[in-house]
Amino acid sequence: MLSQHSELKTGNNADADFIADHLLHRLYRLQQQHRHIPPQLMVEVAREFGLPVSQVVAVVNFYSFLYQQPVGRYHLLFSNCTSCGYQAGEVNLLALLCRQLNIASGQTRADGVVSVDETSCIGMCDHGPSMLVNGVPIVNLDEGRIKQLCNLIAAEQSLDDWPADWFRINNHIRKPDLLLNAPLECGDSLKKALAGDALLMLESIMQSGLRGRGGAGFATGKKWLFCREAESDTRYVVCNADEGEPGTFKDRVLLQCHADALFEGMTLCAYGIGAKKGFLYLRGEYRYLLGHLQAVLRRRYDSGLLGASILGQAGFSFDIEIVIGAGAYICGEESALIESLEGKPGIPRIRPPFPVTHGYLGRPTVVNNVETFIAATHIVQYGSAGFSAVGTEKSSGSKLLSVSGDCRTPGIYEYPYGVSIQQVLDDCGATQVQAVQIGGPAGSLLAKKDFNRQISFEDVSTGGSFLIFGENRDLLSINRNFARFFAHESCGFCTPCRVGTRLLENSIGKIADGRATWRDVDEIKQLSGFVRHYSHCGLGHTAANHILDSLRHFPGDIQNLLVQQAFTPAFDLDAALETARQMTQRDDADAHLE
Amino acid sequence: MTERKIKIATTSLAGCFGCHMSFLDIDEQLVQLNERIEFNRSPLTDIKHCGPSDIGLIEGGVCNADNVRVLREFRANCKILIAVGACAITGGVPAMRNYFDLRECLEEVYLHGAGVTNPQIPGDVELPLLLDKVYPIQEVVPVDYFLPGCPPPADAFLAILLPLLNGAVPPQMADCRFYYD
Amino acid sequence: MTETTGTIFIDGKAVGFMQGQTIMDAALSAQVYIPHLCHYPGLTPSGNCRLCVVEADGRRAAACTTAAKAGQQISNNTAELNAARKVITQMLFVEGNHICPSCEKSGNCKLQAMGYHLGMLEEHYPQFNPRRVLDASHPDILLDRGRCILCGLCVRASHEVDKKNVFAIAGRGADAYLIVNTVSGKLGDSNLDVTDLAANICPVGAIMFKERGYVTPIGERIYDRQHISDVAMHEHVTEQKGDKKR
Ligand SMILES: Cc1cc2nc3c(=O)[nH]c(=O)nc-3n(C[C@H](O)[C@H](O)[C@H](O)COP(=O)(O)O)c2cc1C
Ligand code: SF4
Ligand code: SF4
Ligand code: SF4
Repeated sequence: MLSQHSELKTGNNADADFIADHLLHRLYRLQQQHRHIPPQLMVEVAREFGLPVSQVVAVVNFYSFLYQQPVGRYHLLFSNCTSCGYQAGEVNLLALLCRQLNIASGQTRADGVVSVDETSCIGMCDHGPSMLVNGVPIVNLDEGRIKQLCNLIAAEQSLDDWPADWFRINNHIRKPDLLLNAPLECGDSLKKALAGDALLMLESIMQSGLRGRGGAGFATGKKWLFCREAESDTRYVVCNADEGEPGTFKDRVLLQCHADALFEGMTLCAYGIGAKKGFLYLRGEYRYLLGHLQAVLRRRYDSGLLGASILGQAGFSFDIEIVIGAGAYICGEESALIESLEGKPGIPRIRPPFPVTHGYLGRPTVVNNVETFIAATHIVQYGSAGFSAVGTEKSSGSKLLSVSGDCRTPGIYEYPYGVSIQQVLDDCGATQVQAVQIGGPAGSLLAKKDFNRQISFEDVSTGGSFLIFGENRDLLSINRNFARFFAHESCGFCTPCRVGTRLLENSIGKIADGRATWRDVDEIKQLSGFVRHYSHCGLGHTAANHILDSLRHFPGDIQNLLVQQAFTPAFDLDAALETARQMTQRDDADAHLE
Repeated sequence: MTERKIKIATTSLAGCFGCHMSFLDIDEQLVQLNERIEFNRSPLTDIKHCGPSDIGLIEGGVCNADNVRVLREFRANCKILIAVGACAITGGVPAMRNYFDLRECLEEVYLHGAGVTNPQIPGDVELPLLLDKVYPIQEVVPVDYFLPGCPPPADAFLAILLPLLNGAVPPQMADCRFYYD
Repeated sequence: MTETTGTIFIDGKAVGFMQGQTIMDAALSAQVYIPHLCHYPGLTPSGNCRLCVVEADGRRAAACTTAAKAGQQISNNTAELNAARKVITQMLFVEGNHICPSCEKSGNCKLQAMGYHLGMLEEHYPQFNPRRVLDASHPDILLDRGRCILCGLCVRASHEVDKKNVFAIAGRGADAYLIVNTVSGKLGDSNLDVTDLAANICPVGAIMFKERGYVTPIGERIYDRQHISDVAMHEHVTEQKGDKKR
């Protein structure tokens, strides 16, 4: 049975240890069982959880990995990321897959055996074209593998019998530095911290100059202190492992190799702020890491590093539970993440108030990135001075970069802040580079002239995504891909982003199809500025960056595609006649328009 | 010496002629206006093709290939093109078919609908071929002015035409009272 | 009137505010109009339509969700902000199915009135023509999702004032849509009543009473007679539904 198999692959064999009793988990199990969530089950779940039916319906409708119509017994979700997506190579592998399976993308085949769709970046960018098969990643796909895969499906082979190396995910740590080099013994930094006062520890985090690694770069020590000082009897620690920014995969590697340091960092935070409960919010795409994470947690409980009276210190107890997302980039935004933790659609809250004062269940909550917690562990262990000595003035320490795209050795590169982009390109064997996209689609697109700039909060800031585009890449197709990403991931709460991202996607499409004029480009510019300035949250604020960057740095690429006319119709006139032509079986001159 | 008359062309694409009726509603002022203007192609004349004109008034949205050709002819020949009424500006009532596939619409009307006797989709080359949707005219050609309303009141026509006749830039309709219905 | 605790300046005009008030609250009490559609005084602000975005001390912020702070300098009625508001209004038109000439709400519709207020002559962007399910199952009330602008007013009114929780918004991005909190998903199976605030608060023609179409003759409908900026000065949940509001 397939569903059993994927349970095995995810290590989720009836072992519900440390898995929160959560609406998303319940719905996931139903999804596995029924391949969709039929209405009567939504009603049942609502009753079970004591929730309004509408909330369950809203949740099922919000998350990409929950379906209202049955998916196939083999459900294939091809990544559409520019690095781990179906168009990362020369051939459109999704088109090939669909041809082979005799199915259209987005559909379930009539026999119910297989369904195919695309999904946003699954974080396998250093592994070439990749997809999720029943939620499990398979990597390094090429034409040969696609054909083989189709044969396996035709024979209805169990996933267990698929070639093991398709599932092999490497860490690809190419260049370790401060964090990745330092040995961290389980519990060492916790012992250090517990030996002193919690405030003392916060002090040292503050002195280290550590800033959040998830993107926004807020001072971590200050965040912890604010949370500690917020009035409440209950506080929470949340680790943001939603890692949804296309091109980022360093949290995946950290979860795989440094889960101990992560959980230790969360525990340190709990000690610092006085929290008893923590959550790891893991993106659904990384569900396959669950077994491993559970094992690490189990070990830490067994060694007295979690649970009641940690390290024998009476009164210091801390528990960690894992909550797994279900396909929604917006849930990486901290307040949307908290909504999701509360079993709701991931709609960003109004801020202020910020999570440090009004977070999970309205209580003070620290939300930090995986890498941030690990850096905190490092600081407590080795001291703040060593940490702040590395990096630049306003960016202490090191940064893990997820390097992928057109280079020889994609993978994880750790550098002290201040490293130049050129240095990274040299180290990963990227030659003949046209542009790099730093910080993912929401970040900045930089051209050659900017390769001497630095990775740092002062200069080019990034959550970790470092996408390289070689000289023969079509940059507009990248813009089109990104525009599509934002339109797909917009939560739909506010007008400018809900409608604007869709309009931008269409306008970029018009350029790419060779139907646009300068007038359209001017419209795009205005619309981009508008979406940036009037949206509710960070997704909308950054959704048009890539377009504005492209227009600034690569105007020629777009200009070449423009029609040299004052005006072109908004739509393809001749294509708009196609249905009528077919139905009337006409093909005379009057049945066409230029 | 007589002043050159301003040439006006008008047409109804996917519209109901309501806008034209409203235009005629300017009543006695039409007589005055008539001294200053002459009509080119228009339902009011019998001219078949739009010749060089100063102003083109377009009523109705774009629902078929013929609409596109007529609209383009107007754009090519009129110095100023005005979208008149809700249908020209938004597709209007005919655009209610946009909530269905064209295929569904045609099948319902010509094949499966109640009372259909000789089920067949007409394919005569004389018939204009339908577009998949009904479109606002500004999606097909550039438009200079918009006169909203269903129909725009007679006064609105005067408000935009009189200044144009005098060679002045008409006020932005946005500054006048206007309605979408 | 209660004492003010500070003063903000909206387009140069000094406006007093009380502790806890938003910029929108303060503006409305001072009869200053900041365009809005998803806000209704007395209900928890949401900030989703973004029409009320102003520049507060140089930063753009939604007036309905941003606290007034003493000394704040606010730009509101500027060409730039009004141009953006027009874009928002156009977006709301094109993402739904709005054919005003055939809509019973016409003349009483805030989206339309907002278009008038902002001088919107055309929708500018290509229409989305979404296919959204119409729900006529309720004996007295029609739900035409095609006209819904996802403002969430009915959701909040039902939850906060009617205490019934009849509505919610589901879906993501441009596919978001209004749902009904019943097992069948049908409005007819809900306990929504014509006297509920939720049944009366819809700014557009998405939630409408049956068999009352076009009762008010053209020329006498709300926005035939009044400007949206004046109507907005007289809206408050507590004044209309004082007994129900806590
Ligand atoms: C659309 C959006 C997506 C985000 N995704 C992530 C993410 O995947 N991981 C993450 O750590 N932070 C993400 N963030 C940033 C978080 O909101 C938050 O700032 C961060 O988790 C705080 O942790 P840090 O201070 O350790 O960086 C995202 C923000 C936005 C606006
Ligand atoms: S900006 Fe986009 S993602 Fe953020 S709240 Fe608005 S619609 Fe949602
Ligand atoms: S809801 Fe308002 S804007 Fe929409 S069609 Fe009706 S009157 Fe027009
Ligand atoms: S039905 Fe009306 S009140 Fe409810 S969300 Fe839609 S537009 Fe707003």
